[in-house]
Amino acid sequence: MQIPLPKLDLPRLPFTPEQASTIAGHVDALYLYLILITLFFSSLVVVLIFYFAVRYRRRAADELPRPVEGSLVLETLWTVIPLMIAMTIFTWGASLYFALYRPPRDAIEIFVVGKQWMWKFQHTEGLREINELHVPVGAKVKLTMTTEDVIHAFAVPAFRIRSDVVPGRYTYLWFEATRTGRFHLFCTEYCGTNHSGMTGWVVVQDPTEYQAWLSGGTSESPAAQGEKLFQSLGCASCHKMDVQGRGPMLAGLFGKPQKLDNGQEVVADEAYIRESILDPQNKRVLGFGSVLMPSFRGQVTEEQILQLIAYIRSLGGPQGGTTGGAGGTMNTAAPGAGGGTTSGIAPDTQRSNPVGGTAPQRTQNANTPAGNRPPR
Amino acid sequence: MSAADTPINPMNPAVPGAGATVAQEWRSRFAHTNYINAHYGIKSWLLTKDHKRIALLYLASVTVFFALGGAYAVAIRMELLTPAGDFVQAHTYNKLFTQHGVIMIFFFLIPSIPAVLGNFLVPLMIGAKDLAFPRLNLLSWYIYLVGALFTVWALLNGGIDTGWTFYVPYSTSFSNTYVVAAGLGIFITGFSSILTGLNFIVTIHTMRAPGMTWFRLPLFIWSHYAASLIMVLGTPVIAITVLLVALERLAHIGIFDPRLGGDPVLFQHMFWFYSHPAVYIMVLPSMGVVSEIVATFSRKNIFGYSFVAFSSLAIAVFGFLVWGHHLFTSSQSVYAGMIFSFVSFAVAIPSAVKVFNWTATLYKGSISYDTPMLYALGFIGLFTVGGLTGLFLAALGMDVHLTDTYFIVAHFHYIMVGGALMGYLGGLHYWWPKITGRMYPEGWGRFSALIIFVGFNLTFFPQFLAGYMGMPRRYHAYAEEFQVLNVMSTAGASILGFGLLIPGIYFLWSMRYGKFAPPNPWPATGLEWRTLSPPPTENFASTPIVTWEAYEFRPMEEMEVIGAGPGDTSRPVQPAHGMHSDLTGS
Repeated sequence: MQIPLPKLDLPRLPFTPEQASTIAGHVDALYLYLILITLFFSSLVVVLIFYFAVRYRRRAADELPRPVEGSLVLETLWTVIPLMIAMTIFTWGASLYFALYRPPRDAIEIFVVGKQWMWKFQHTEGLREINELHVPVGAKVKLTMTTEDVIHAFAVPAFRIRSDVVPGRYTYLWFEATRTGRFHLFCTEYCGTNHSGMTGWVVVQDPTEYQAWLSGGTSESPAAQGEKLFQSLGCASCHKMDVQGRGPMLAGLFGKPQKLDNGQEVVADEAYIRESILDPQNKRVLGFGSVLMPSFRGQVTEEQILQLIAYIRSLGGPQGGTTGGAGGTMNTAAPGAGGGTTSGIAPDTQRSNPVGGTAPQRTQNANTPAGNRPPR
Repeated sequence: MSAADTPINPMNPAVPGAGATVAQEWRSRFAHTNYINAHYGIKSWLLTKDHKRIALLYLASVTVFFALGGAYAVAIRMELLTPAGDFVQAHTYNKLFTQHGVIMIFFFLIPSIPAVLGNFLVPLMIGAKDLAFPRLNLLSWYIYLVGALFTVWALLNGGIDTGWTFYVPYSTSFSNTYVVAAGLGIFITGFSSILTGLNFIVTIHTMRAPGMTWFRLPLFIWSHYAASLIMVLGTPVIAITVLLVALERLAHIGIFDPRLGGDPVLFQHMFWFYSHPAVYIMVLPSMGVVSEIVATFSRKNIFGYSFVAFSSLAIAVFGFLVWGHHLFTSSQSVYAGMIFSFVSFAVAIPSAVKVFNWTATLYKGSISYDTPMLYALGFIGLFTVGGLTGLFLAALGMDVHLTDTYFIVAHFHYIMVGGALMGYLGGLHYWWPKITGRMYPEGWGRFSALIIFVGFNLTFFPQFLAGYMGMPRRYHAYAEEFQVLNVMSTAGASILGFGLLIPGIYFLWSMRYGKFAPPNPWPATGLEWRTLSPPPTENFASTPIVTWEAYEFRPMEEMEVIGAGPGDTSRPVQPAHGMHSDLTGS
């Protein structure tokens, strides 16, 4: 469930980065509230200390003031009032946190792999970038992130977002940029010698510019690369497409709940597929409990796993069950060279993404999904 | 008895040295036998069981490590003067900040007040002859020294570059530095902490003088009791964590390495389970010092004594429940984050209660601006700022933007330096006459307190701003737009460094040339002020019998040295003989 954020127009405070995302203004508003509270209480304490220290300064060497025991009323007041103020801060902070870490369903997906000491980005349309991430303005972008080696952290101060990237799992972040420009990207979890060099830029472009940039790329989409891996690694020998092989069929699998042979049920999401590739004995599908799938740990890199996931996702799954789940009309054959597939984009689903579905002029595939909207 | 041997008259000690002869004031030897001159020779110091001598052994050691940690800080600030990484190489810089943190936290801050002031004062304040386990106390110092030397060996052999938080998998599978040796040093030193805490707890429970009920105890004792609970319960966790890192590094047991099925975030949970309570080990004793100083220099009891006492315990308990606020962006569950955030706000409340109580103590007091009071008032202001900026970080959505930036660095330095260090310096000044029998020069004391205050703020306040602007921590080279704030910070650091050198000099000077101190120079309540300065080895001439409340300020005639002449209200019968003969011989 996503917490809707009301639109907020806050002037930029001094010593703050630009507000370049939908959430930045909200974070800055909380910051202002905290600053005011800090100023109030620290001024109160400082002024009182100065006043008392001057007003009650020692005037005779043998002065002996009357002792004062305390006051239950004061103790209660200055316990309860700060506690109540603290609760308001907590509530506000928690609601922002939920908003920050609940990616919306209709977001552009980008894969991020951090490694010492660079950021690698993979767009679903096929383009790959190093240390620079191009995104369109006004579009929701979801980052699926992991790392090859140590813990890093992906942080864009102008967007007020941050998340660690942890080896062995995926972490997610999302944002919607509100202005074009170049914004700092920093690694902010110490990761070794060149930690301070592991920086880059998020380049936010107008939608048309972004489209133009996208079409300048000629790389294969991750799904196409994933399909090649699927064949070369031998997955296809057990996971057949047309008949039931030794392993479960994968078409239409992504995002669906899966029954396991120990009675549990899991959703077949990215983490599940990754685990099935690396530790297949952990979660065995019902009916396949006696089949021994070999582990591919050490034989695939994190990027290759992401490509395999992109391919499996392109084989179809429940509509709207995942972000950008592919529509059922998807053609599993690789599209013509030079074109990105529409994998990851459900043409029928409502999108806030002004880029819309695959730009018609790029797809050389005759099976253009129905209902493809031209970009706004 | 010659004139030179006439004991110093304790009457009316508001005027320092009043009644003493000129010869006594400027002579270089003490008038009475005390713990310093009772025995001579290096063996009598290195094999002592006297808690006061052990405190001085700690004082010398922590000062050396403070200087070493400070040297690393100077190097860091020099590098950060310019955006480019041009002063040292990246790998070297990573070692600088790692070693600054390790030394300052494990070998200075954690021992400082408990091991120096606590060791010296806990028995005195409760009216006991020594701690419950004097030999264990000496062992604690040796354990500390062995651990510290191990770490120094690691530093001299190339250092460590993992950050003081040595997160995995970097520290277990990637760093090529002396992680295991440094970890071993920390492991060993942890036992020093545990044993000190154990000693304090048992002493406070079992060795209080007759009449010294719990609610007559000085708040310094309450704070040290609470801190000791944390030392005993929390330190074993960091020991095990370090051990697991070593096992992972050496034997690849696979507890943290995801390639072997382990969980790198598990390390963070274990590490912070100790390291968050550890910050309360560092700050609670400092708060205890502040309570003592504020009471003495307002000549009033602390407002809301029992609330302050219970707040110390509340901080110790709640402090164990908030470690996850260091993991808000670590991929920890959002729901766990909410719980930790909630409790983190709760733990701030007892600290706020203390600040308000100290401020209320000043109301209608009789306030003097001696150096210890300047440090204590500085503590209250700076700790308030540091604590309130903690609220920024406890707020989940805010922490996402601020964590791992210079905002964090500024926040914890406000607490550790603006709070803990100020308390330590204030306490050193306050009890210096008791510990050494000499007064430090008051004018220089006030001057350096002001310099330190100004330098500190100039160093660390700009870092809050740099952090919100996005400057990451542990960065050797940084983006251009952060330079102005960094230049301000380095300028402040030079002032702070200069300010900190001054007490180093005059404290040493005072041990030879300072004015002799009367038993109760301020004057203050508390049993430690009812014996000579410096105290005799057995602390008191006779066991005190406490018939008064904490911080009960009375006319000076009623606060005489225990076992001494008329006015000694601790004994129902006045002693027949004079003070001097009570104290000859050890």
